[in-house]
Amino acid sequence: MTKTVDNKNRLVTPKEKSKKLGLLTAILFLIGLYAVLIALDNFIKPSTFTLMLIPVLKKGAIYSLVCVSMNLLNGFTGLFSLGQAGFMLIGGYVYAIFSIPASQHPAVYQYFDGGLIKFSIPELLGKVIGENAGNFIGAIICIIIAGIIAAVFAALIGIPVLRLKSDYLAIATLGFAEILRAFFQWNALGKITNGSNLLRKYTNFSDMKIEIGGNVIKLGTLFPFLIATICIVFVFLLINSTYGRAFKAIRDDEVSAEAMGINLFKHKMISFVVSSFFAGVGGALLAMFQTTIQASAFMSAMTYEILLMVVIGGIGSISGSCIAAFLYIACSEWWLRFLDSGYLPNIFGGENIAVPFFRDGFRKVVFSVIIMIIVLFFSKGIMGDKELSLSRIAGKFRRKKKAAASAGQEVQSK
Amino acid sequence: MSKNVLRVQDVTMQFGGVVAVDNLSMEVNEGEIVSLIGPNGAGKTTAFNTITGVYAPTNGEIYFNGELIVSNHPHGKMKKLYAGQNNGKYKKIVEHTPDFIAKKGIARTFQNIRLFKSMTVFDNVLVAKHMRRSSNFFSASLHLNAKEEKKMREECLELLRILGLEDVKGEIASNLPYGKQRHLEIARALATNPSLLLLDEPAAGMNPQETDELTAFIKDIRDKFSLTVFVIEHHMNLVMDISDRIYVIDFGKLISHGTPEEVQNDPKVIDAYLGVSEDE
Repeated sequence: MTKTVDNKNRLVTPKEKSKKLGLLTAILFLIGLYAVLIALDNFIKPSTFTLMLIPVLKKGAIYSLVCVSMNLLNGFTGLFSLGQAGFMLIGGYVYAIFSIPASQHPAVYQYFDGGLIKFSIPELLGKVIGENAGNFIGAIICIIIAGIIAAVFAALIGIPVLRLKSDYLAIATLGFAEILRAFFQWNALGKITNGSNLLRKYTNFSDMKIEIGGNVIKLGTLFPFLIATICIVFVFLLINSTYGRAFKAIRDDEVSAEAMGINLFKHKMISFVVSSFFAGVGGALLAMFQTTIQASAFMSAMTYEILLMVVIGGIGSISGSCIAAFLYIACSEWWLRFLDSGYLPNIFGGENIAVPFFRDGFRKVVFSVIIMIIVLFFSKGIMGDKELSLSRIAGKFRRKKKAAASAGQEVQSK
Repeated sequence: MSKNVLRVQDVTMQFGGVVAVDNLSMEVNEGEIVSLIGPNGAGKTTAFNTITGVYAPTNGEIYFNGELIVSNHPHGKMKKLYAGQNNGKYKKIVEHTPDFIAKKGIARTFQNIRLFKSMTVFDNVLVAKHMRRSSNFFSASLHLNAKEEKKMREECLELLRILGLEDVKGEIASNLPYGKQRHLEIARALATNPSLLLLDEPAAGMNPQETDELTAFIKDIRDKFSLTVFVIEHHMNLVMDISDRIYVIDFGKLISHGTPEEVQNDPKVIDAYLGVSEDE
C-alpha cells in the first residue's frame, strides 16, 4: 500500500483518501440535488413532465426514509418486524392533529364538536415569527413530536414483543399494526383522531416556503428531501458506530453477541425505537404529501410494499434502499402508468397505439412479473449488503476497461 | 495459596427429567490452566453454559472472584421433578444474562465456531470492545466519541498483531481458513479484557501439528494477558501438556480430579473412557 503524508504530517492510506473524496462527492451531489429541487419548484415552468416528476420525487424521498428505517431493523439488527405501517400511521396522525389550524377545527372535526386539541403548533409559531417561518419550523416540530410518539409506542410494544424471534416477531408486529389501524378509527377516540373520517387542512408541503427580500421561495419539494437526508445520514452514522457494530453482531449470531457482553434486549430495543421514530417521521411526511390522512389507508399491504423496496435495494444497504425506493415509486406512479391507460405511448410523436389488454390493473400484473424476476435472479437486490461508493463504481469501470482491453488484445493477436 | 478465581459449588443442571450436570463442584485458581474432560455427552459444555449464564442451573452456586454470580435452588416446576442432591442447601436465586457475566470478566469461545460471519475480522474484534464503552447512544452514533473509538481500534489492532491476524483484518470472517477462525474466536474473547477465559474444544478439527501450536499459543496468551484459562478438550496430548489440574466428568458427575499424572492413573477415568468390562 502506498502511503502519502498530508499537510499535518499524518500518514494517509489510499482508503482514507477515497473516503474523504467520497464524502466530498456526496456533499456536492446533495447541494446539486437541492439546487435542482429549488429550481423545479420556483424557476422551471410546470409541464406534464414536471407534474409527474415532482410527486414522484417527493414520495420517493419519503419512502427512502421509511425503507432505511425498516432496513435498520430488518437488515442490520436482524429483527424481522412488519409493524412499519403502524408506526407511520401514528406519525402521520400525530403530525396532522398538531398542525390543523384552530379555525379549521369545526370543519374537520364536524362530527366531534370541533375536536379536543384546539391549537396548531405552526399557527401558534406563525403568530410570533411570521406565517411562513412559523409553518416551516412548526412543521418540523410536529414531525419531531410525531417521531417521538411513534418511538414511545414502539418502546411499550417492544417490551413484550422483542422477546420473540424471527417469524413470531413478524406476526406480533403485523398484528400490532392492524390493531392500531382499528384503534385510530374507533369512534370513542373521535375527539382526537376524528374516528374513521379524514384529517385534512393541516400544514402540508405547499405551505413550505421562505421569504427572502420580498421574494417567496417555495420549498415544497426540497422539504421532504431535507428531512429524509438528515434522518438517513443519522442512520448511516449509527450503523457505522460502535452501536451499529453491536446491531450487526446481534444479526449474525445472538448467542455469541451476548457472550461478547452485548445486552440483547437493550440493543434490540434501541434499534426498534430508533427505527420506529424514523417510521413516524416518514408517516408525518407522507401525511404532508397526501394533504389528507385516513387510518384505513395504512394497511399491511403498505408494509409489504416497503419490505419489497428493502429487498429490491438489498437487505443491509442504505444506499440500496434509497435507490430502490425511488425506482419503485417511479415505476408504480409514473413509468408503468401507461399500462393502465389502454394505449402504448408512441415515442416517435405519432398517435398512441391502442393495445386491448392495457387496461386498469394490468400495471400490477407487469409489476408483479418484474418483482418476481428481481427476486429470482437478483435475490441479493441491487446493492446486496454493500454501500454505493466511489471506489466501487471506479472499480467496476476499471474492470470493464480491462475486459475491453484484453478483448482488444486478443483480436490483435489473432 | 493463590486466589480463587472461579468456584463452582454443587451445581446441578436438570432439563426436564434429564440430569445433565450432577452436583458438580470445581475450583479454578488465578493463573492456572485447568481442563475439564470427559466422554461425549458428559455435560462439559452444559457446565460452561451454566458458568456463562446461558442456562440457569437447577441447583447450586457459582462464585467469580469471590462474588456470587449464579445461584439457584429447585423451584416452581422443578421442585417436584428435581432428582439431584443438596436440595434445600441454597436459598438465594441469582440469575444474570450472559452479557452481564461477560462484563464481569469471563470470556468464552464456542465448540462450533460462532463468529459474526458477515463482518470483517477487525469488526469481529471491535464488537467485543462495545461493552467497555463510556459513550452513550447519541454521542456514539453522532461520532462524537472519536477518542474512545480510536482507542478501541488501536487496542484491537494491537491484539490482532499479537495473535498474528493483522494481515487478514479486512477479510470477511467466514472466508478465513478454519484454523484462523479458531484464532479469531480467541482474539475476540480476549478483546473483552477477561480475567478468566473459557475455551470450549479449541483444538476440535485440528491436525496434530496445529494442536501442538495451539498448546504453545494457549500458554503464551495466559502469560501475556495474565489470564486464568479453563479448557474443555478431547485431545489428550494437549490436555496433559497444558493443564495444571484436570477435572474429569462422566454422566454429569465429577469422577476424578488432580494433576495430569494423577488423573492419567486413575482407574475410574480409564473405565469412563474405555468402558468397564462385564466380568468385574
